[in-house]
Amino acid sequence: MPEITRDEVRHLADLARIELDDAELDHIAPQLSVILESIASIAEVAAAEIPPTSHAIPLTNVFREDVVRPSLTAEQALSGAPASEQQRFSVPRILGDEQ
Amino acid sequence: MSLLKKSAAELADMLAAGETTSVALTQAHLDQIAAVDGAVHAFLHVDTTGALAAAAASDARRAAGTPASALDGVPIAVKDVLATEGLPTTCGSKILEGWIPPYDSTVVAKLKAAGLPILGKTNMDEFAMGSSTEHSAYGPTHNPWDLDRIPGGSGGGSAAAVAAFEAPLAIGTDTGGSIRQPGAVTGTVGLKPTYGGISRYGLVAMANSLDQVGPVTRTVLDSALLHEVIGGYDPLDSTSINEPLAALADAARAGAAGDLSGVRVGVISELGGEGYQPGVQQRFDEAVALLVQAGAEIVEVSCPSFVHALAAYYLIMPSEASSNLARFDAMRYGLRVLPEGNDDPSAEDVMRASRDAGFGDEVKRRIILGTYALSSGYYDAYYGQAQKVRTLISQDFEAAFAKADVLVSPTAPTTAFKIGEKLDDPLAMYLNDVATIPANLAGIPGLSLPAGLAPEDGLPVGFQILAPALADDRLYRVGAALEALLEKQWGGALLDQAPTLNGSNA
Repeated sequence: MPEITRDEVRHLADLARIELDDAELDHIAPQLSVILESIASIAEVAAAEIPPTSHAIPLTNVFREDVVRPSLTAEQALSGAPASEQQRFSVPRILGDEQ
Repeated sequence: MSLLKKSAAELADMLAAGETTSVALTQAHLDQIAAVDGAVHAFLHVDTTGALAAAAASDARRAAGTPASALDGVPIAVKDVLATEGLPTTCGSKILEGWIPPYDSTVVAKLKAAGLPILGKTNMDEFAMGSSTEHSAYGPTHNPWDLDRIPGGSGGGSAAAVAAFEAPLAIGTDTGGSIRQPGAVTGTVGLKPTYGGISRYGLVAMANSLDQVGPVTRTVLDSALLHEVIGGYDPLDSTSINEPLAALADAARAGAAGDLSGVRVGVISELGGEGYQPGVQQRFDEAVALLVQAGAEIVEVSCPSFVHALAAYYLIMPSEASSNLARFDAMRYGLRVLPEGNDDPSAEDVMRASRDAGFGDEVKRRIILGTYALSSGYYDAYYGQAQKVRTLISQDFEAAFAKADVLVSPTAPTTAFKIGEKLDDPLAMYLNDVATIPANLAGIPGLSLPAGLAPEDGLPVGFQILAPALADDRLYRVGAALEALLEKQWGGALLDQAPTLNGSNA
């Protein structure tokens, strides 16, 4: 580490559901290596006893009253859909050949 | 003086006095957009009909003696990352081309309720990822000071719109400097509020724990006035702070008197010197000297963990972004592309093809980087460590604010660079935000205002002021004081020295 190989980038892109062709892999993989190299130093910075911060301002859960309030209509919710049918989002088949 | 060059505060006074109308103001800005935006490209969408209708409604309220707010009738531009009902919202991305949200973000709803006509949506780096607006899928925005140069980013469109007098006010968002750095390189004012100070509801998220909406203006007082319109608690944002806003415009008005007696100003030693352009450093040092003349006490403060801020940011931000951008899956809204040579594609095939076609290079880089940082083998070494560094940076700020009321630094290490210069060198691009990122990691507010022109290239330099969480009013007091002192030296606003754009009515 922090060298990141072309195959690793292909695998990560696959996890992130992005199809990358060979030309894109050639372009992006070396750039990611440079970025990773520059941030690798962080692994040695902070000692174990330092607590992590996920949000700068402490958060508490927020609840609202359990009452009905206006929301989007089905028509509004579907207004940006690439395809819809019978007031529902229409999607390609969800099972792959292997399932 | 042309209406276009007036501040929003002056325009509001003229509207209140009946010296102009919102329709006249809005039309003047629409005409300016038509005249100069071909060259500047600050806007992705202009809503002529909607803006004029809102202006007419505002004039009717003013005539009836019932204005909705102090800024009722003053037009505004909105960064294309905030949902606007009935107006396209693309985030500068092909994946959202033509998407029209069915609802308003809270900030936009507040603008409408306060009567500000919305001129249109401004250009930005795709999903706010960038420091130059070159990563917009719809082409770059050009800096009004030099059309061959970048206007900063990601909110280059909003900053350029106010700098080119296309709008008196604009809305930006700031995750690592996207309001303040464009402000610095365009000679305008930009403020990132305390995290949780302005609602993020309806803001398309890049990194939830860092993103904040804020005002983009030409004067410090205008920023405070706009901040008061859009700020405050919102039950629709779980990170919204449930406390009343400080009196921001009052703080700006008090500061404009130019007296900073008793104010302790901390100069951050890690943000300056090596790596900063000489003219940037020079204008910064001169501005600090002006603060001393105004009665401020200068203390040197050290924030040793800032050296790791950029690395922590480039782990936390992509991690959050990779998760946020998973929502663009080609199923419910946005682009759907069918893969070539596959006559029975699965949803996953369609997702892959759509995300490849819809996302640009920088978005892909950050999603992959975030996916990497969050993967099981690397999580502790990268994401976990970055979160600890975040703690260290907050502790540095805490120690610094024990010695000083506000902290100051140059906003960006350089003036505006040439379009194309850093496009394929992500690391060089990331360094633009080295001085602005710490405030996002710690959730504290920051303001950038013009400090003059760098002698070597004649381009604007930004001066950054930082305050503790919830003390946004301090930024307005100190910012307005410095602005008044500098403008006295310049004999007017810095933007008066900008070249006049071809065809400009300003």
